[in-house]
Amino acid sequence: MPDPVISIKGLRKSYGETEAVRGIDLEVNRGEVFAFLGPNGAGKTTTVEILEGYRKRSGGEVTVLGEDPERAGREWRERIGIVLQSGRLDPYLTVRESLDLYAGYFRASRPTEEVISLVGLESKADERTGRLSGGQQRRLDVGMALVGDPELLFLDEPTTGFDPSARRQAWDVIAGLRDLGKTVFLTTHYMDEAQRLADRVTIIAAGQIVAQGTPEDLGERDAGETTIRYRQDGREVVLQTATPVETLHELTAKALADGEVLAGLEVTRPSLEDVYLQLTAARETDG
Amino acid sequence: MTGLALVGHQFRYDQKAFWRNPASVFFTVMFPVILFLILALVFSGEDVNVRGGIDATTYYVPAIMSLAIISATMQTLAMTLVIAREDGRLKRGRGTPMPPWVFIAGRVGNSIVVALMMLVLLAAIGALFGADVPWDRLPAILLTLVIGAASFCCLGIALTALIPSQDAAAAIVNALLLPLYFLSGVFIPEDQLPDGVIAFADLFPVRHFFDAFFDAYVPAGGPAVSWDNLAIVALWGAAGLVLAIKYFRWTPRSG
Repeated sequence: MPDPVISIKGLRKSYGETEAVRGIDLEVNRGEVFAFLGPNGAGKTTTVEILEGYRKRSGGEVTVLGEDPERAGREWRERIGIVLQSGRLDPYLTVRESLDLYAGYFRASRPTEEVISLVGLESKADERTGRLSGGQQRRLDVGMALVGDPELLFLDEPTTGFDPSARRQAWDVIAGLRDLGKTVFLTTHYMDEAQRLADRVTIIAAGQIVAQGTPEDLGERDAGETTIRYRQDGREVVLQTATPVETLHELTAKALADGEVLAGLEVTRPSLEDVYLQLTAARETDG
Repeated sequence: MTGLALVGHQFRYDQKAFWRNPASVFFTVMFPVILFLILALVFSGEDVNVRGGIDATTYYVPAIMSLAIISATMQTLAMTLVIAREDGRLKRGRGTPMPPWVFIAGRVGNSIVVALMMLVLLAAIGALFGADVPWDRLPAILLTLVIGAASFCCLGIALTALIPSQDAAAAIVNALLLPLYFLSGVFIPEDQLPDGVIAFADLFPVRHFFDAFFDAYVPAGGPAVSWDNLAIVALWGAAGLVLAIKYFRWTPRSG
């Protein structure tokens, strides 16, 4: 049974003349990792900051954990965790001290040692935060948001600017949150991040939702054309087909009969990246 | 935790961070000490023609104490709050159940404790140079310190609204305070400053605080508590508080 943790209806936000968010609707259910995907400037951070209670909306209805974030108080903040897009911790406190400091802010907190191991910073626990690498600081950011043992966690572009190994480490931490039963609202402009982490993805472009779905069926790519590639006589052959089973059957049957090898045979469906670029590009030229 | 326990919790970590920060230890703790030592050595044996003539060392003890108290409160708060704001630490803190005033109270507590320590430290060093500690005036000294420290804390918090970035913080704070120290007789004894300069400095709180602190610390002066000067300092503080409540921001200016 769906149990919405976040529910948004007709959300709008304007800055002067500019409409950053132009009427979006979405629901996030308990226990899911929800990715809010879009290019820079699409309205992701504006939306997430409205959900976190940092910004006031211009219109629409927003409920987060049963309350309106604009009016929610201390009790509500006990139940959420926030990882902001950017920010540094006190460089003169250690990892453990920073977490202990935040633990004191919450009525019920997760033990510091547990948080340290959740984000994989055991070997850095007594290091000052100013001496951590970018990837380690980001993992600590996630740890800081986990201190209060929140039901709902907001992650705003958690891996932007990371090298591949730091991203992979951050992904492992975020994937672990699902196992803890947390609901996660993740914004990102990386398609592979959404694909790797999310149960459901919503794509936003120019302040409007352009697609929603699971990473597998997003943008109805199930119905899209399949690409078949192989090499024959040193040339690459590319076939586009809406009926891959039939096409492959004919192709391989003929190859077997003729004794051909079909070197480098490859069958691919449109990647999520292709769908994403297509959807967001279309929206930007409209807008 | 209750509100007060939370303030204590916040204060403990602010203290740790303060003492580990080389810039705050140097400018807030070491700089006033070095300044006092230089002035005491350069002007040792000379008299200052104030309140019927006092020893230069006796003059510089309350002068540098005033500077140290303003530095521990207004200067430290303005700089560290701007840095915390631009680092996104204030915004992050607002995303937790901690009431915002707790954060400010922790920082103010940190400033006042450092100011008290500077009082003790400079009194001890001053005593080595022959400036006796006026123990009988301790209540007046503490009262003056607390009113002054609280007022300059408010001014420091208000000042953050005028500071756009971390890089601008030190420049703006020093551009405001250094000339006022000179004009108020903190560095150059007031008997050597033209009357007009002191009259101009009287428009600002630094001079009034120094005056009040001098009255409290130096027995040659009049009554120990200089109520009129303290009232002006407190008025400045109250104005700072109003501006701080109206203009203080928790989110970074940049980005």
